[in-house]
Formats: sequence, C-alpha cells, structure tokens
Amino acid sequence: MLRKGLALAALGLAFLAGPALASTPQEEPKDVHWSFQGPFGKADQAQLQRGYKVYREVCAACHAMDLLYFRNLGQKGGPFYDAKYPNPNESPIVKALATDIQVKDIDQDTGDVISRDATPADKFPAPFANEAAARASNGGALPPDLSVISKARHGGPAYIYSILTGFVPPPKGLTVPPNQYYNPYMPGDVSSFWSGDHDKVPKGGFLAMQPPLAPGKVTFDDGTPSTVDQQAKDVAAFLAWAAEPKMLERKQFGLGAMIYLLIFSGLLYVSYRKIWKNVAH
Amino acid sequence: MSGHSTYEPKTGFERWLDTRLPIIRLANDTIVSFPTPKNLNYWWTFGGILSMMLGLQIVTGIILAMHYVPHVDHAFRSVERITRDVNYGWLIRSLHANGASMFFVAVYIHIFRNLYYGSYKAPREVLWILGCVIYLLMMATAFMGYVLPWGQMSFHGAVVITNLFGAIPVVGPAITTWLWGGFAVDNATLNRFFSLHYLLPFMIAGVVGLHIWALHVPGNNNPTGVNVKSAEDTVPFHPYYTVKDGFAISVFLLMFAIFVFYMPDALGHSDNYIQANPLVTPTHIVPEWYFLPFYAILRALPDKLAGVLAMFGAIATLFVLPWLDTSKVRSMRYRPTARLYFFILVLACIVLGICGAKLPDDPVIPGVTSFTLIDSDLNSFVWLSRIAALYYFAYFWVITPLLGLFETPLPVPESISAPVLSHPATTPAGAVASPEKKG
Repeated sequence: MLRKGLALAALGLAFLAGPALASTPQEEPKDVHWSFQGPFGKADQAQLQRGYKVYREVCAACHAMDLLYFRNLGQKGGPFYDAKYPNPNESPIVKALATDIQVKDIDQDTGDVISRDATPADKFPAPFANEAAARASNGGALPPDLSVISKARHGGPAYIYSILTGFVPPPKGLTVPPNQYYNPYMPGDVSSFWSGDHDKVPKGGFLAMQPPLAPGKVTFDDGTPSTVDQQAKDVAAFLAWAAEPKMLERKQFGLGAMIYLLIFSGLLYVSYRKIWKNVAH
Repeated sequence: MSGHSTYEPKTGFERWLDTRLPIIRLANDTIVSFPTPKNLNYWWTFGGILSMMLGLQIVTGIILAMHYVPHVDHAFRSVERITRDVNYGWLIRSLHANGASMFFVAVYIHIFRNLYYGSYKAPREVLWILGCVIYLLMMATAFMGYVLPWGQMSFHGAVVITNLFGAIPVVGPAITTWLWGGFAVDNATLNRFFSLHYLLPFMIAGVVGLHIWALHVPGNNNPTGVNVKSAEDTVPFHPYYTVKDGFAISVFLLMFAIFVFYMPDALGHSDNYIQANPLVTPTHIVPEWYFLPFYAILRALPDKLAGVLAMFGAIATLFVLPWLDTSKVRSMRYRPTARLYFFILVLACIVLGICGAKLPDDPVIPGVTSFTLIDSDLNSFVWLSRIAALYYFAYFWVITPLLGLFETPLPVPESISAPVLSHPATTPAGAVASPEKKG
C-alpha cells in the first residue's frame, strides 16, 4: 500500500518537474515571505489596505483593473472587510472609497456623458479611454491590466515585488533604448543591445515603465514607514488578493474537505479490511 | 450483461418490471453479483476512479456551461467571473480544470496497468480498443476544453494544434479552414469548440458503457493473468470491490483535493491568465502536461508531416497492440525480461514528457556542447526525444513481437487460488468457499 502510494507520488512529481525545469533568461523572482502563503496562510488586512492605497495613488494612473469592483474591497477576505457589513455594498468604508473616485456614466435625461461619484457596484474605472490612448500616453507601450497579473506571471506576487524593487542601472555595455528601463527580473532578451562578451549577456529585459515607487511616495495611514520595499510588498500582496479574492474561502473550505476525506478514507479502509477478512487474496 | 444472471426479483414490482425492462437485473449483474477475481490489486481500482472522474467532469462542466460565455470578447472575463461572483464558482472551476489533469493521471495509470498485466490480449481485444477510443475522445475533449478560457495558451495552443491538419497533403489547408470556420482561429472556432466540448463527454460516456459491456463478457483480467477457473477464484463485485474501489476513490480524491484547494494553478500555465491576443505570441507555447509526450514526438521529426504522422502513429499503435504481442503469457509477473522493457517504456514516456516541456534546442546537460548531428547538437532535447520516441515505437513494433517468441517466461500458476496468496484468510479455509454470504 505504502509502496504503491510512494510510486504514485513519484509519478506526480515527475509530471510536476517538467514545466518547473524550464530555463528562464531572467533572474528568478526574489524569495519573499507572504502572510497568505501555505495552507493556513491568511492575507494581512492592514497590508492589503496599504497595497490598495499604493495601487490607487501610483499604479492606477496607468494600469486598469477591469475585473475589480469597489464592492470587492469590502467582501470577506478583502482589504476593507468588516464583519458588521456582510454585504459590502452597505459598508461605509467601501462607499467612501468609491465616492473618492469619479466614473463615467450616461445622463438618463439628456443622454450626455457625465462624471459622477462611484458606488460600491461600480467597476474600477480605467485610466485611459481605449488601448490607443493608453499606448499614446506611454511611448507606444500598453500598461497591462492588473486584475489577474499575479496569476498571469510566473512567480506571482514575488515577481511583482521583484520587478518593482529590481530596477538597477544597466550594466556597462548594455544600450538601453529610449524610454525603456532595464530590469533583471523582466523576461526578455537583451542580447541585441549588448556589446560585451556573447556568453555573458545580462539576464532580464527592458520595460517601458520607469521605476514607479519612491520613498515616501505614498503615506500609509497606519504609520508604517513608506519605503520602496514596503510599498512594493504591499501592492504585490494587494494584487495577489485581487487576482484571487476567494483564496481565503478556498483554503478554509479545503481544510474541512481534507479532514472529511481523511476520516472517510479511514472508515472505508476499516470496512475494506473487515469485509475482506475471510477471503484469501 | 454477460448472460449468466443470478438476479431473482423479490417483490411483485420487480417481477413486473423484470419482464418489461430488466434494468434492475442489468444493474445487479453489472455492479452487485458480477463475479470478480479475488486477487485484484490497487492498480485495478482506476476503472472505478475513472468512472467517478467522468461523472465529476460532466457535473461540474454542466454547471460551468451555465455561466460561461463562448465569445472571444467575453470568454476570458466570464471564466474569471465564475471564480469571483458565482457561488462556489471558484470550487467548481478548480475541480473541473484540475479534474482534467487528474482524469489523465488515472487514465495513464489504467493504460500502463493494462500493458503490464497484458489485459489487452485475447479475449479482451475489443475491450482494449474501446479503451483506446475513449482515450482519443478524452484527448479531443481536453484540448477543446483548454481553449475555452481564451487565454494566451488557449489561443496559441489551438493555432498550433489545428495547424497540424494543414500538414496533410492537398486537402490539409481546406480541412484547417473547415475546422476553424474561417481563415484563422476566431470566434467561430471558439463556438464550435464549446459545442464539441459539451458533446464529446457524452460520447465518452456512451463508449464507457460499451467498454463495461465488453469487460463483462470475458470478465476482469487479474494480476496473475490466469483465467478464472472456478467460483472459488472470484468474489461478487459488491461488497468486495465496491468497498475496495470506494477506498481507492477516497484516497484519490484526497490527492485531487490537495491540488484543488492548495495549488489550483500548479498544473496550468501562467500565460493562460493573459487574455488571448492573436498579435502577441507567447515565447514558449506548451500544451498541458498530459499532451507533452505526444508534443515531443511531434517535434522530434524535422518534417512537419512526418511529425504529425508519428504523433498520430503513436496513438494508432495502441489500437493494434493486441496483434503485435506474440506472448501467450498475459501477466508480466511471469515475464521478467518483458518487465524490464516495460519499465524502460514507462521511463521513455516520462522522458518524452520532459522533452515536450523544453525548447528543442536546449541542452540536456547544461553547458556541454558535443557535435551537431543532422540538424541539432546531440546534447539537446530534440535528440533525447528522438531516442525516447524511437524506443516507444520499437517497444510496440519490435520488442513486443520478438519477446513473445524468444523469452522464457517463469512458470505460470494453475489458477488464481493456487499461487501463494499474499493475504491469507485469517479464518480457516472453510469460510472461503462462500464469501458471498459476508456483508
């Protein structure tokens, strides 16, 4: 039984090992500890709140989060969840956060496009009217939507944190194109911009985003020192939550399911032994 | 199903129904009284596990289809919406996506168990071929299912796979256009893939019915490969195998649950969380892990048509296996030489899977450059996959036919009950004769 279990586990590992071994031309993301990692991990609500502030005050200038609604901020597991308001649409904090933001709407009487305060039911508004506008404002590059960015990049939140804190001056011999920035954690291939040794092409790539964070750029309401490292970590945690708002529910449900299945397996095993007791096999 | 029914209707209603539609008799003969060899090990529980997985995929799939929008502008968003706003949508989607992987884990174990114990040999050839048909349908279903979330891998995977048909001489391009419903993978393609993805599982269920029917005529093979000789060799399916399969299913679900609840995206690719964009090609297009060995065979050959033929040939080979095997001994328990080649086959398939995940020209041993052979350095994954693919075909077309003629098998036991049993009964032998009285 055990032997076969081990064989199965090894088979599973063999399947997993395949994609994991793929070589990457960029630096592996930095090793970061997250409060939400592991089967019992939970997001740190204060961190999510700080992360939302970083997104709102820095990232939102260029990056949309098209899948997020203000109500999401107040739902269970979210940055501004309050047990007193199980319906996030009624939460005064969520309402206040939404009111801070203007969204486009249609005046029902005149049909004119108007701006009004957002409500919890509104989507996060996009910073640009369309893709062409976004590209025009960003030197031809399109700032990606950040709704699921944490799931859409190898390394997840650690990757986001590494990019945000990983900007370094380009090594000697690397010509950085205009309006581009070198980052060793960015996937890409810089070999055609490299004048040095062919076997020592620097890892990483270029991106059109300049280093977005700076010390003190965001003032944290809870008094946490506003370093670049702290801002990057908090916004990465926020984006990890945004990519999967139901993570807490998933892990809590999972624990129950695992305990149930363990007990159920145990009972079935005992039944199996009892039923087969008198059969030589 | 197989004609040796032991069902006796007990109530008036059962007698009435039995003469009109003997459906209770069918159920009884299939999963209650069905005489099953008493020496089946845990490798035999994967049939039950696969039935459970098929049921689970169909149920979760039907629920997902209630919320999914098969349109290029909405598909990606609707899948995210399912995980965010539908009650327990995150669970249903995770069960379905990881369920596909688990389904393939189980089917691969089931197939290799067949190869090891010679279950495809007479009189079970039709049973085996039906199994191959199910596997083929599963591959089509899984491929089209992976396209539906309309992420980058969905889209570009669909482009790569549908383009394979373009390699067919003369009619290839026309077939590809017909498959796409246009001149590129687009909304029409997504729509028909959704339609077919909904249809094929029911076809699988139909073939599973035939598969079980074909199983119940000759009955189960068993680890000794020896035919059932007397009633003493068997136990009724219920409760003996319902409880054993039930236990195995529960343990399998436990492993499945680890993926669903603690690493729901581990078996997927992060690029598939980027909405499909025909203008941006991912640097490295890879299929889901369960297709990697075939992908490696496809890329092993320098010519596209040859690669496509080899890939489909790898599956077609399985269909004719019963007639390639010349050995009279079913179980490899008694074929030590064949066993060795079998384990090398398992290894070759795993190696092919690893090769499929790599860039063909990447070195197997990093930093070592040997010499260029034909089109690539010998120390590259493309050459490793050529060697493994060659072994794959050699195993079925050369080794299997020859082994049966030249190997010396170990003595095969007279009957299932004859060999020294690994788990003797704890009560005296008298109790063994009528096990059906238990439970």
